Amino acid sequence: MMELNTLTAHTLIELLNKKDISPIDICNSIINKIEKTEKSINALAHFDKEKALERCKNLKEGVNKGELWGIPIFIKDNISVKDELTTCSSKILKGFKPPYNATVIEKLIDIGAVLMGKTNMDEFAFGSSTETSCYGPTRNPWDLERIPGGSSGGSAAAVAGDEAIFALGSDTGGSIRQPASLCGVVGLKPTYGRVSRYGLIAFASSLDQIGPITKDVEDAAILLKAISGYDEMDSTSADVPVPDYVSCIKKSIKGLKIGIPKEYFIEGMDAEVKSSIKVAIEKLEELGVVCEDMSLPHTEYAVSVYYLVATAEASSNLARFDGVQYGLRTENIKSIIDMYKKTRKEGFGDEAKRRIILGTFALSSGYYDAYYLKALKVRTLIRRDFNEAFKKFDAIVTPTSPTAAFKIGEKTNDPLTMYLSDIFTISANLAGIPGISIPCGFTKNNLPVGFQILGKPFDEETILKVAYNYEQNTDWHKRKPTL
Amino acid sequence: MNKTQIGTKESQLYNMPYEIVIGLEVHLQLNTKSKVFCGCSTDFGSAPNTQTCPVCLGFPGNLPVLNRRALELGAKVAIALNCQIAKKIKFDRKNYFYPDLPKDYQISQFDHPLAHHGKLAIITGETEKNIRIRRVHLEEDTGKLFHQKDSSLIDFNRCGIPLLEIVSEPDMNSPEEAYLYLTALKSILEYLDVSDCNMEEGSLRCDANISLRNKGDKELGTKTEIKNMNSFKGVRLALEYEAKRQADLLKKGQRIIGQRIIQETMLYNTEKGITEPMRSKEEAHDYRYFPEPDLVPFDFEESLLNDIEKNIPELPEPKKNRFIKDYLLSNYDAAIMASDKNTANYFERCAVLYGNPKTITNWIMGDISAYIKDNNVSIKDLNLKPEHLSSMLKMIDSGIITGKIAKTLLMDVIQTGKDPEKLVKEKGLEQISDIGLLEVAIGSVTAENPKSVEDFKKGKDNAIMFLVGKVMQKTKGRANPNKVSEILREKLKGAK
Repeated sequence: MMELNTLTAHTLIELLNKKDISPIDICNSIINKIEKTEKSINALAHFDKEKALERCKNLKEGVNKGELWGIPIFIKDNISVKDELTTCSSKILKGFKPPYNATVIEKLIDIGAVLMGKTNMDEFAFGSSTETSCYGPTRNPWDLERIPGGSSGGSAAAVAGDEAIFALGSDTGGSIRQPASLCGVVGLKPTYGRVSRYGLIAFASSLDQIGPITKDVEDAAILLKAISGYDEMDSTSADVPVPDYVSCIKKSIKGLKIGIPKEYFIEGMDAEVKSSIKVAIEKLEELGVVCEDMSLPHTEYAVSVYYLVATAEASSNLARFDGVQYGLRTENIKSIIDMYKKTRKEGFGDEAKRRIILGTFALSSGYYDAYYLKALKVRTLIRRDFNEAFKKFDAIVTPTSPTAAFKIGEKTNDPLTMYLSDIFTISANLAGIPGISIPCGFTKNNLPVGFQILGKPFDEETILKVAYNYEQNTDWHKRKPTL
Repeated sequence: MNKTQIGTKESQLYNMPYEIVIGLEVHLQLNTKSKVFCGCSTDFGSAPNTQTCPVCLGFPGNLPVLNRRALELGAKVAIALNCQIAKKIKFDRKNYFYPDLPKDYQISQFDHPLAHHGKLAIITGETEKNIRIRRVHLEEDTGKLFHQKDSSLIDFNRCGIPLLEIVSEPDMNSPEEAYLYLTALKSILEYLDVSDCNMEEGSLRCDANISLRNKGDKELGTKTEIKNMNSFKGVRLALEYEAKRQADLLKKGQRIIGQRIIQETMLYNTEKGITEPMRSKEEAHDYRYFPEPDLVPFDFEESLLNDIEKNIPELPEPKKNRFIKDYLLSNYDAAIMASDKNTANYFERCAVLYGNPKTITNWIMGDISAYIKDNNVSIKDLNLKPEHLSSMLKMIDSGIITGKIAKTLLMDVIQTGKDPEKLVKEKGLEQISDIGLLEVAIGSVTAENPKSVEDFKKGKDNAIMFLVGKVMQKTKGRANPNKVSEILREKLKGAK
């Protein structure tokens, strides 16, 4: 029997339709792979094979089985699954099982997807390397000495390492696209408001979006379609029709106009990455796309703006982890203040504390105007850059990350350098626009490189179409790590 | 019920050389069926933590969804307080740690309140004074803590109930004015039917800011904030106490270094009748307000606002003017009849059923008001319905009962809820106009009071009143006093 765990969802759907295989076959092949490689990758935060098999067996049969019937999926540990551990890879949410499903989970269950388990992540999605998890770092399947990117590093590594068919991640500043790029898979951050955030444990509410991490572009289209749409439980979700992405992506991209922003080809950027992107752009031109150099003038402020806006919101969003109702509560407490202090001291890791303090400071009276308010103003300028650009261009192409995967521990003591790994992905979150990262090459060390396609708000079709056309004319996505 | 009209007598408070400056913050629970950001019920008095859900409990991943009804009720109040309504509705987070606040931030409105620049008129003695409203904003209520010996318990039922905060400018210059402001505000709120306005149940809460300054000064003095008052009367008493305390400190401060007013929060101790510093160890709060990212700002539709405005009922001021015009009441009577919704409804119903409005106001402001005050009930809950009062007044007019009997009858109806006409028949309270019966009573009274008879005969006209009174006593108030007087005069004149 072929190794089903290595296949894409759309291939498996075909096989299931032909009744060549059963959902249990897929599930078993995933379990086998996990038993072989999970010890070395550590991509999963919570996984119970018995439960997974149970869910497979309980799938409803019949005509209306749903588009993802029998397809297993892994979920990032910050997305709520009813009565299942949902901990954001943080000690402070130890043992927390929400009594509700995130809207995306409800949607997936409705169409027959099989929930397998939760993937590892940077604590509360604070990070670009999946090293800040309380469950230990996830390793990159292409090189176990290296990080998989983050914060959805568990999802990306599981997909790249064939422990998962596909997975959900969340992206606040690049947390889907950057690990997808570093693991050689496809990652898509939808337009802000495209996917309901209900049940996603918030990092930065105005930036967070849930999105797919998949083995190819078609799967990204399938999964995006499955989770998108207006949700009355999320006031920030948009009442915009969801197109049939799969049929859109196969159309020609001839004549599309694509902007190449000069601010995204900076000094200090890895030369191999740079040349891979150049080659990818040439490929796109070969396919009939018109590429043109352009400028997004406020790009240089994006990282600063992001680390003020995101941490400010995070400092407030994470206040509720106080030991009162759920999660960790420290023993031996003298007073309520004592409980807050000890619980949060013990429960949060260093990076979480760093961001809470940074955000609290940015919102403090006397500093608010200089930091938070100014950041909001510059955020508007960054958004305006894109609005202007999209008057002329159908999409924008950039590198996803300035480097390929770095070594575990390499940047943990240097948060600022770490923050720069999101330099190319952050602007899309600030502007609320969609972005996709797809594989476009490998370094000499056999590490994947990806490039990013950014699109107009609610125009995921175009970026998926460009990505699909590129992918169908290259072989990068077919390479597998040897594990 | 008519406290709005009565000025407090001069007390030592008003003889001091300082001007009192008071501003009030009122928190009002809006009577929506469900909470402001989730679908939980807002009923009062349910078992603890039975009206909660992951949203109002602040569980991670949950998001607020605005209950538009709360916004509409808030706008209704703002319009009635002559405010300008915000064109864009925006919410903010107020961040502070406290166990009754499950998210450790409160969704509130900071720099763009629902409404601002309003005013509310109060009547002090003969004059009317406008108290400016600084802002009106919508926010969520917190849970409730119950402290035990070694632990504290939390009830989150109240958490997420819509609260409207109404902040006045520091325009009140006496505790009495603060009291009048609250009464006038409550009256409007009751007309609007937006809240239970019950201070004891906490559906209306009031904090007061108070400072003193030398008469004529423009700068405000150091203020204190008073909390923990659970009645309008309590607000007035707390402010009176605090004003005296501040005045004493200011006086001492002229001679003794270190004696001065500290800007702090005081708690009113109802039992002792004093204000005490809160002595909280918490440092000054920096609430770190910022725009609530989970709720997108939106435009307040003009059409919706127009609808709300159209549905605002007649408020006390226009109602008073209508009462003067339609029922020819005096300004004073009309103001009292219009001052609260239930009284106004009661009065108008009576006025429809019975012709003489002035007589109605006399009864409402007299015996009925006294009963209501003594028994702490609402006029709308009385057994004595407008139909009862009207039929009673008609019986007086048609000579069936005397005014004296009516007073007793009124209490009877209030106690039993029985129809007054039936009661009159059952108890035989009809007025005696039968001359035969009256003459029997008069005969025995004159026989028993020969001295008064003599006095009258000697020309002391007053003596006749005494004799009439005696006849009334004998007939248990049922005799027609005019007839008795007539017969007596006739009889005694003849005997002269």
